[in-house]
Amino acid sequence: MVFPSEDGVVRAVDGITYEVHGGRTLGIVGESGSGKTVSSLTTLGLTRREGARISGRIVFEGKDLLTLGEEELRAVRGNDIAMIFQDPLSSLHPLYRVGRQLVETVRAHGDVSKQQARQRAIELLGLVGIPDPARRVDSFPHEFSGGMRQRAMIAMALANEPKLLIADEPTTALDVTVQAQILALMERLQRELGMAIVMITHDLGVVAEMADEIAVMYAGRIVERASAARIFAAPEHPYTWGLLKSIPRLDGPREAELVPIPGTPPSLISPPSGCHFHPRCPYSQPEHERVDPALEPLAGEPGHQVACLLQADVRARLWRRLAAGGTPAQALAEVGQQGERA
Amino acid sequence: MTRYIIRRLLWGVALLVIVCAVTFVLFRVLPTGNPAILRAGRDPQPKLVKEIERVLGLNKPLLVQFWNYLKEVFLHFNLGYSYATSQSVRSLIAERLPATLSLTLGAAVLWIVAGLGVGIISALRRHSLADRVAMGISLVLISAPEFWLGLIFLYVFASDIGQFKILPGAGSYVGITSDPWKWFTSLIMPWIVLASGSAAVYARLMRASLSETMREDYIRTARAKGLAERQVVRHGVRAAINPLITLFGLEVGVLLGGAVLVETVFNIPGIGRLNYQAIQSSNFPVTQGTVLLAAMFVIVANIVVDIAYAYLDPRVRYQ
Repeated sequence: MVFPSEDGVVRAVDGITYEVHGGRTLGIVGESGSGKTVSSLTTLGLTRREGARISGRIVFEGKDLLTLGEEELRAVRGNDIAMIFQDPLSSLHPLYRVGRQLVETVRAHGDVSKQQARQRAIELLGLVGIPDPARRVDSFPHEFSGGMRQRAMIAMALANEPKLLIADEPTTALDVTVQAQILALMERLQRELGMAIVMITHDLGVVAEMADEIAVMYAGRIVERASAARIFAAPEHPYTWGLLKSIPRLDGPREAELVPIPGTPPSLISPPSGCHFHPRCPYSQPEHERVDPALEPLAGEPGHQVACLLQADVRARLWRRLAAGGTPAQALAEVGQQGERA
Repeated sequence: MTRYIIRRLLWGVALLVIVCAVTFVLFRVLPTGNPAILRAGRDPQPKLVKEIERVLGLNKPLLVQFWNYLKEVFLHFNLGYSYATSQSVRSLIAERLPATLSLTLGAAVLWIVAGLGVGIISALRRHSLADRVAMGISLVLISAPEFWLGLIFLYVFASDIGQFKILPGAGSYVGITSDPWKWFTSLIMPWIVLASGSAAVYARLMRASLSETMREDYIRTARAKGLAERQVVRHGVRAAINPLITLFGLEVGVLLGGAVLVETVFNIPGIGRLNYQAIQSSNFPVTQGTVLLAAMFVIVANIVVDIAYAYLDPRVRYQ
């Protein structure tokens, strides 16, 4: 997926593949600007009007969404596939009552009378845990708290019982306590409605509990993909290690320091040569600047894929040292010595 | 809210007093001519001039004159009497109000419909040929003064002097009650000329405002919900229109100012032309009466706009 921009052509998302099934949750994790949001907006055709060049396939229930016409795609949006966004205040129309915004979502996809749609709106607000929904349905978004706004957004997304819900940083703009409530709400609704969820976030903590599978994105590509349990127990990519080391863990050693990933995400106009992560990777070798790694399954672990040029056993030893609380430099020194001895 | 409205109305009255004072000073301290001399005939005798000044009350101190005027206006709603015809200014204005209302209300409708319509189309098709042409024309219309534009229209379209004799020209105005069709056709050109400036301003503002709102997150939400593009645009327009409403009160003033010129060019017997003639003949009471009326319209329009805004933007609450 390629965008023209004033500074040059942006290769926002490049060769990514993922799938998600009903009742399951896929977490897409990465820093700002890694292409997480663009890939999900593209799913709904919301990047079409910006002159983007999109290639590939987005298959939903056997139909390629990229080949659908605008009107066919409209019938999918908000109906089969719904989306919620990061900032619920700016994502809700400030001048329309919450009820009206729910009603029009219901009526966009079905021949429903205004009264019925309003009943449905009240029902939805109740479903997402907004107290006194029959009264709050006539509130304006600014009369809601942040958490209630995101609940209202979720209600809107669920209006037509979608089969897939794409949640783009759904809790980032919220207080921590409210975050937990919203995540619990999404989990409950997933159980009740059996929908698939794609959870996009920069925060591994958010997907830790919810996701069945996690894809880690860097510079518009997926660099590692595995079950959530594997990502946390045996991550393979140095970037994933960096993400894990930069969040606090209750079960880790208390004295373990949080280690930020040095540097900034690369420009997607002229990404680094070779492995896109090499300029920020503490373990990179000279040849990593030339060779571009492919996303390949691990030997003996077909469900775990990684795009890294380091040897599998080197990676295993590096992670063992990092997991025990070592810094990247310590891990590198130790593995290097072992390597010399061997 | 009620307290807010009362406060605004009191401020409005205070503003009217100030407008009175300013026009009073403008025309009596820096007069266009001495009304007594203008009325005293071809070879004015000083005695006669003195006598006329006494009759018109011009010999009293300025402050006394002002005080008497204010008393008459605010206590008896009496705007004085014309120096030229001795008719009451109130009846002069009442006589001419229908023509001015016909002109300004029609122009206001045209201004808003054309301005918003062109602005919306331009915003949705930015950088298209239609957008460029519309914005180019709007720039010309904003820059063109009404009297010039009016003369051009007469020269091109008027049935008497025009190159294409399709529309009734200057002086063809008749009241709506005597002949509605003639009333309508005679006002087509004045409406267009009077509305053009404000419509052009609104078109440009609407284009900017809508282009901005169409990039908002809630527009993305509207699309993600699967709304038809027509509804998505309605979401955008609803939000984009608010900043333009605040300007409505100000544009009413611009429109009334333009009415003076348009009525003069098209020879429409309205308040604008009355005002123009009064200024030319140093007819102070008529000048002041018409200016006061226009000021009142602008003040009321602004109060109405501010009150309406509270309903149009639920986030705004007045104390």
